[in-house]
Amino acid sequence: MVIAARDFRELRLDGMSRNFGAVNALTGVTLSVRRGEFIALLGPSGCGKSTALNCLAGLLTVSSGSIWLDKTRIDRLAPEERGFGMVFQNYALFPHMSVRKNIGFGLSMQGLAKAEIARKVNEALAIVRLGDQGYKLPGQLSGGQQQRVAIARAIVIEPPLVLMDEPLSNLDAKLRLEMRAEIRRIHELIGSATIYVTHDQEEALSLADRIVVMRAGEVRQVGTPEDLYSRPAHPDVAEFMGYRNQIGSRAEKSGNLLNVIVGGVSLAGTPVDGAGEGSVVAAIRPDDLKVAAGGPISVRVESSQYHGQDFYCSGRTDDGAELYFRSEKKVTKGDSVRLAADASRVLVYSRAAS
Amino acid sequence: MSDRAVEAPAERLPLRVRLALYDLDGVTLLVLPAVLFVIALFVYPFAYGFVLSFEPKKGAWFANYAKFFSDPFLYDTIEATFRLAIPATLINVLVSIPVALRVRRMRNRRVLTTILVIPITLGTVLIAEGLLNYLGPQGWFNRTLMLFGLGQIRLVHNYTGVMLSLILSGFPFTFLLTLSYLTGIDPSLEQAAATLGAKARARFWTILMPLLAQGLAINLCLSFVQTFSVFPSAVLLGAPAGATRVISIAAYQAAYEQYDSSMASAIAMIMGFCQLFVVVLILAARRFVYRGAAGGGKG
Amino acid sequence: MGPDKSASERLWAIAIWALVIFFILNFTAMIATVLVNSFGTRWFNAWLPASFTTRWYQSAWDEFQLHDVLIVTFEVVGAVVLFSGLLGVPAAYALARRNFPGKQFVILLFLLPMLIPPITFGIPLATVLYQARLGGNMSGVILANLVPTVPFVVLVMIPFIEQIDPRVEAAARVFGAGTGRLFIHILIPLLAPGILAALLLVLVRTIAMFELTFFTAGPGSQTLVVALYYAVYAAGVRAGQSIDAMAVVYMLTTIVWLLIALRFVDPTQIVTRAKREATQL
Repeated sequence: MVIAARDFRELRLDGMSRNFGAVNALTGVTLSVRRGEFIALLGPSGCGKSTALNCLAGLLTVSSGSIWLDKTRIDRLAPEERGFGMVFQNYALFPHMSVRKNIGFGLSMQGLAKAEIARKVNEALAIVRLGDQGYKLPGQLSGGQQQRVAIARAIVIEPPLVLMDEPLSNLDAKLRLEMRAEIRRIHELIGSATIYVTHDQEEALSLADRIVVMRAGEVRQVGTPEDLYSRPAHPDVAEFMGYRNQIGSRAEKSGNLLNVIVGGVSLAGTPVDGAGEGSVVAAIRPDDLKVAAGGPISVRVESSQYHGQDFYCSGRTDDGAELYFRSEKKVTKGDSVRLAADASRVLVYSRAAS
Repeated sequence: MSDRAVEAPAERLPLRVRLALYDLDGVTLLVLPAVLFVIALFVYPFAYGFVLSFEPKKGAWFANYAKFFSDPFLYDTIEATFRLAIPATLINVLVSIPVALRVRRMRNRRVLTTILVIPITLGTVLIAEGLLNYLGPQGWFNRTLMLFGLGQIRLVHNYTGVMLSLILSGFPFTFLLTLSYLTGIDPSLEQAAATLGAKARARFWTILMPLLAQGLAINLCLSFVQTFSVFPSAVLLGAPAGATRVISIAAYQAAYEQYDSSMASAIAMIMGFCQLFVVVLILAARRFVYRGAAGGGKG
Repeated sequence: MGPDKSASERLWAIAIWALVIFFILNFTAMIATVLVNSFGTRWFNAWLPASFTTRWYQSAWDEFQLHDVLIVTFEVVGAVVLFSGLLGVPAAYALARRNFPGKQFVILLFLLPMLIPPITFGIPLATVLYQARLGGNMSGVILANLVPTVPFVVLVMIPFIEQIDPRVEAAARVFGAGTGRLFIHILIPLLAPGILAALLLVLVRTIAMFELTFFTAGPGSQTLVVALYYAVYAAGVRAGQSIDAMAVVYMLTTIVWLLIALRFVDPTQIVTRAKREATQL
């Protein structure tokens, strides 16, 4: 194997912040990345994830805080001195160079011999499965192929870290699924650490070893996909991870659980992070709110969308709250159904924590 | 030879509909007045001048051209004009590159571009008059030089004066054009190059210049064509009987002092030909450089 | 991009800015010289004139018959603006909306008068105009000045028209508007800012257009810039201060219209708009 990532132990972000005038794009981001890890930076538009990536790459200067690669402080270095590979959202392929020249660009900047460059470029082309497209110009390739060239260009320089800025957002749905698998395969093959920016929680869940959820410039939660899926730490993180139902209520203790009021009835839920009696928010995933004949909550169906396996529905409770749920059987607008949710799948957060 | 199925002949579409398939209808006719105008007042005079140049007052059909190329007073004008146009063009275009590179990072470019539009708007006549004052032996420029003990420099009624006026009136133009080409290059390309280890110099030569080459060629062509036609400043600010006797002066004299419109047309044709020659040269050189879009891919 | 610049990069940046400032400084000083001189009584051997007066303006007004010249200038410019609009806008519309055979050729036809400098085609043009008895008077001057401006309007307006959703026009036609009423009620109002911008640019360019007017004008049809040229040309005879006074009048005329134009138009468009089309060659 000719191409293998350079070794390092830890990339550390220490209170990294970036502001544009009065606007705080990033506040105190602290994170530690190990060699070979796949980290996803996940969040809605404007949460600062792309800013964080650009700071890591050196395309933006850090306003305060620092970035360390093992014992070396790197936030003062220009991008050309950091040696990280980067895949841009619009690929940024050099339009006047062939695919081979594009991929080999970083190597020629390092001053390698032509034969060596050719060897590594060949291998990179093989890894991304574009072996016969080497002499074409980027303009002659499809979106998915351009994507692969961008990835090849980033990995061929054997960087310790590969940065990806929403690389799949410009591809159609089918291609996106294919490329997701490809990216994971290449990541494991090369063994470099990858930091991947996305707003798509499905992508993050399927690709990452750890996910960093961001909002308004801050890190809200860091954890494995399983952690984030089943135990989001805050209501806003929960909402982003698909807990579409967020009901405000007052809670009462009931053993280890908390009873909240949903749709006028009492429902048992699991407290998160020391939530207690008082003002709370209960978060429930639509797929955890099941249609059950004897369920406690009564709703009138307002909309129902067919999705093949089941129906995505919304309904209104007697006290006017809107709930999103799934139904295996067909329901139509105006129907009355009863819903139930398992206590372990109702997460209760104290209001103050959000 | 296989049998062909017998088809019933298709209905003949009315002429109007058939023309509309080629986008030829009433709306297209709107372009006609302007087209006719340009043909009548541009193409025709040009063709007329071309033919006229071969109908000299006396002598064979090529007499005008023969006279031009046998009289040093006439053919030296070509050299004199090139001696002004080429350096001026090169200076204006080449200097515009580093300046544009700097300025594109500015956030408030509007003030600067507005200031630079003023020389273009004022025109060559005013600039010539202004420089006659300003660069004169007693003008502020020479006074400042004398203040610093650098002595006086002869800057008017000579080659230098005309050159300076060409730069003053030409640079804003080439600068604005270069700037617009530069800002058309996708910034993520340079960012990508940086992440791949390219320092500022390498980024300039491997990324910016190849993508700029197309625009530079256009810039050189337009700039050369403009400087080659220098006229009022060569007369007012230069030495029209000597070092800055440019080809436009020769054409003017033939037309308005010697009343020989045939000769004047011939000189205009020669002038046009020289310009065409250089333009073709520059455009042909483009083949060696990238010619496509300056973006970095989809998205 | 990136952190601290190196020393050599900073030096380079300073050098470039010094060059730009030097350029602007000299240019401003040049204009100032003309301005100061026009107000000076006598100016020999000193940094500033002996004292100041405004009599040169009165004298220039009389000597150069500025009143008549200004009227001629505005008549010429007004006619050029009007006709280039009348010819250019419909042509631009046709080119923007229809893709007829020969379209590339027509676009090339409109590009040529803009790319070829006025001197090269000016002399043959003047010859033809004199032959047609149009030389030496206003009509000749107006016609000559229209040659570069009609294509200019066409090329500047095409992108503006392309920006208008063709479906808006389709809707108008569905509701019964013929081409004439389409223009009057729909297109002109929507295009008004673009037309205004284009015509203002034509105005500014025509005031400063020297060569074409120079070759086709007679004694009664000189525009301000041509009159200025003749004044400077015969400078030995007249007082330099009154020439400068005339130059100041010229500057004011152009600058005023430039400032008005800049309210509607980005400065770079004066230069690059139509020239960008040349890249498609």
